[in-house]
Amino acid sequence: MRFMYIVTSAHRGPPTAELLDAMHKLADREIKAGRMLDNGGLTPLATGARVRIIDGELSVLDGPFVEAKEVIGGYAIFELPGKEEAVAMATEFMQLHKDLMPGWEGTCEVRAFASP
Amino acid sequence: MTAADVHRAILAVWRIEQPRLITSLARVLRDVPLAEELTQDALVAALERWPTTGVPEKPGAWLMATAKRRALDHLRRRRMVGRKHEMVARDIEEEQQAMPDLDSALDDDIGDELLRLIFTACHPLISREARVALALRMICGLTTEEIARAFLLPDATIAQRIVRAKRTLSQSGLAYETPSGEELSQRLSSVLEVVYLIFNEGYTAARGEDWLRPRLCHEALRMGRVLTSIAPHEPEAHGLLALMELNASRTAARTDAAGEPILMLDQNRALWDLLQIRRGMQALARARELGGAGGFYALQAAIIACHAEARTASDTDWPRIAGFYGELAALVRSPIVELNRAVAVAMTEGPEAGLAIVDRLVGEPALKSYHLLPSVRGDLLHKLGRYDEARAAFEAAAVLAGNKREHDLLRRRAAAAGNAATSS
Repeated sequence: MRFMYIVTSAHRGPPTAELLDAMHKLADREIKAGRMLDNGGLTPLATGARVRIIDGELSVLDGPFVEAKEVIGGYAIFELPGKEEAVAMATEFMQLHKDLMPGWEGTCEVRAFASP
Repeated sequence: MTAADVHRAILAVWRIEQPRLITSLARVLRDVPLAEELTQDALVAALERWPTTGVPEKPGAWLMATAKRRALDHLRRRRMVGRKHEMVARDIEEEQQAMPDLDSALDDDIGDELLRLIFTACHPLISREARVALALRMICGLTTEEIARAFLLPDATIAQRIVRAKRTLSQSGLAYETPSGEELSQRLSSVLEVVYLIFNEGYTAARGEDWLRPRLCHEALRMGRVLTSIAPHEPEAHGLLALMELNASRTAARTDAAGEPILMLDQNRALWDLLQIRRGMQALARARELGGAGGFYALQAAIIACHAEARTASDTDWPRIAGFYGELAALVRSPIVELNRAVAVAMTEGPEAGLAIVDRLVGEPALKSYHLLPSVRGDLLHKLGRYDEARAAFEAAAVLAGNKREHDLLRRRAAAAGNAATSS
């Protein structure tokens, strides 16, 4: 099964060097283990844009967005046997944040692809 | 969480850690079957403890510490055997003290060790079926029951295969090392064969069957990705990965809502997986860069790549495909390759030219019970308007088809040819 991991946090600023290093090692391990298919970090929301429809009106808004709290920082795509493995992976990833960037708060959302 | 949920969660963690556990133990024990057993013991320990204590914060480190303790106990019990083991035991003790630290667990590059393990599990001394079972168990961490279900075989059959294979490994006193030179390519081809067998077993399984069968595809793909990262200079490893990624990219398009198979040229290409196609094309490019364009797997991947690159079925570059099949036929001299070449030639030069090749294959002993021979023949005859002969060919093909859905498809094609015969 294929899973997407979406990491969101209200925390601004880059990860600590230790966390970055540990995440790279984990990513390297997962690529070599054939489980991670793709991943990417995103530039800050302030440099992005939002195209939305409200009350039937389409509007284009450029960042920065004052109301933004939880922001998507990056994603990864994994292929794993099932949800248990997916959750175990996310737990390991988040444990790194807990250990190496004290005070950081955020969410790693684990979502299975609808197909295949 | 029910007990079954906890059980599955523990197995999930274990599976992520298993290759590192088994390779670390094999490194110090120099005995793969024993390392595998002790790794299993660590799983059993986790299954006993974690339901009450909860999964520890660093489950990988816990499993590693437990497995190494088992190895140490084992070596202590055999202390009388000789001084050599004492030295090994001391090595483990030293290593164990350095463990179970998260950083070193992540730092530990197991590439070479894992390659050695894969070479051992896929040793040509072991029968092909046993190699498949051993690889799934030792490299992918599937349980005996899971392997049995995936292959639709009784548990006892798989258990026996594994026991026998492990005995062969132990008794033969095989050097636990990575082969080099001439032997490397020979041994590597045995590994690639096992991976491809596992992939095909899952790929030919129809949808709606046990989910463990498609799972075989994923495990084979994963092994292919592992191989290309730990043996990055082997073109055929990249070729095989390309072939598997490109084939797997069509999974969602291969069956309709009712689970009936859809032939490649009739598939909705919007359902082909672009991420997987991209990965497959990268692997193929790598195989070519390494000088492996003419390899057994790379050539097959090149053929599939022609399909993957065609926006519509009518854009397919059939002359190029026919050329690749020609190269492949020169390489392996297989009637199945020749049959496929016939299809490509028919698309390039017309059904008559394809049929000429197919007719030369009729009577080929290797294809006696191969349903695709009469199936292709029926297709070409149908295109030539020889409907009665087409119907007979499809009927013969249906009798030979092992898979029920394929059988039904061929019956429908026979009926269509029959209708065309009466109305023409």
